Amino acid sequence: MGTLLLIALTATFINNFVVVQFLGICPFLGVSKDTKSAIGMGVAVTFVMTITCLVTYPIYTLILEPNGLAYLEVIVFIFVIAALVQMIESFLKKFSPTLYNAMGIYLPLITTNCAVLGVAELVIDAGTAEALGIIGSMGLLNSVAYGFFGGVGFLVSIVIMSGIREKITKKPFNKRLSGFPIAMLIATFIAMAFYVFSMISI
Amino acid sequence: MINIKKLASNGLIFENPTLRLVLGTCPTLALTTSAFSSFGMGIAVTFVLICSNAIISMLKNIIPKTIRIPAFILIIATFVTIVKLVLDKFMPDLYEVLGVYLPLIVVNCIILGRAESFASKKPVLDSAFDGLFMGLGFTLSLVTMGTIRELLGNGSIFGLAIWDPNVFSIGFFSSSAGAFFTYAIMIALFNYIVTKVQEKKALRGAK
Repeated sequence: MGTLLLIALTATFINNFVVVQFLGICPFLGVSKDTKSAIGMGVAVTFVMTITCLVTYPIYTLILEPNGLAYLEVIVFIFVIAALVQMIESFLKKFSPTLYNAMGIYLPLITTNCAVLGVAELVIDAGTAEALGIIGSMGLLNSVAYGFFGGVGFLVSIVIMSGIREKITKKPFNKRLSGFPIAMLIATFIAMAFYVFSMISI
Repeated sequence: MINIKKLASNGLIFENPTLRLVLGTCPTLALTTSAFSSFGMGIAVTFVLICSNAIISMLKNIIPKTIRIPAFILIIATFVTIVKLVLDKFMPDLYEVLGVYLPLIVVNCIILGRAESFASKKPVLDSAFDGLFMGLGFTLSLVTMGTIRELLGNGSIFGLAIWDPNVFSIGFFSSSAGAFFTYAIMIALFNYIVTKVQEKKALRGAK
């Protein structure tokens, strides 16, 4: 239980995927112009990150590593993620049209989201387990929790970003800074706010 | 006949992937804490870009249109794996620094973007040069940004101490907030300069 709480705090706030680890910056800047689509994107990413960990972690620890195929991880992971996203999309279309309408359009974009491939790589990385005080490898439950809370961290930051961006783009300001520069400057302040979390010692 | 001059000015200035198109932002923000890691990332991406562009251009008539994206990703992932294995064996320091961002080159939008918009339409040599100059544009922007951040945050360039960081250093530039800040200012400045140059060119053209 303690480990799960630690994972929740670390993945969501202390090592926030977007503003601390810089994973998933493209959708963070691209789909944060209004809050509604930011929430849709955030939920879809959380969903895919959780399922990705659930699938890639066993593939790596049970199939690739024991057979000495660990070097194939990049190729295998990206294909598993692409196939997963495709499957989730068809599944939602068939069984839950409401959920499909809410996040369907964001799903194809997620295949090339670095946060998803990043989390698959991070949960098999010895450094991540070590930082969380876990001896040996992460274990399936912890990996899935890491994926889920990493996604929640993405959701939190993209929603904050879209909230500020909605307000600020209505005001007139220097035209050289409009577009990406102003989005990055907003991200600067979000990153400074999240910096406070890194001072928490557990 | 390939127009190297045009490809070079496109890759380095007018369509600079980092500063004009704002692609591949994740490694740009994460690895510019030092000039060394920026340079390493830039070279790794350049290598993958040249190879994948050339191979995709060679195979453009063989790959069926409907499955081209998975095919591109497979080709890119292969070269990323090669880079990963080579760095792990011969440059363990750099491998350690690049960490999780090395496998993430697979989903770097610059590479897939060039494959889709350039290499899948143009001849092999053009594509390889396009990859080279796009990669160099990426590397140059990253090294510039890495140098600024390392100098202001740590008082050194490429690990060589310029001044004592205890006397003067702004820790902000080494932090993640400093990454966003430096990147924002660089995009704004670069866009300002490039639009000024383009305006001047247009004026000269009008005369």
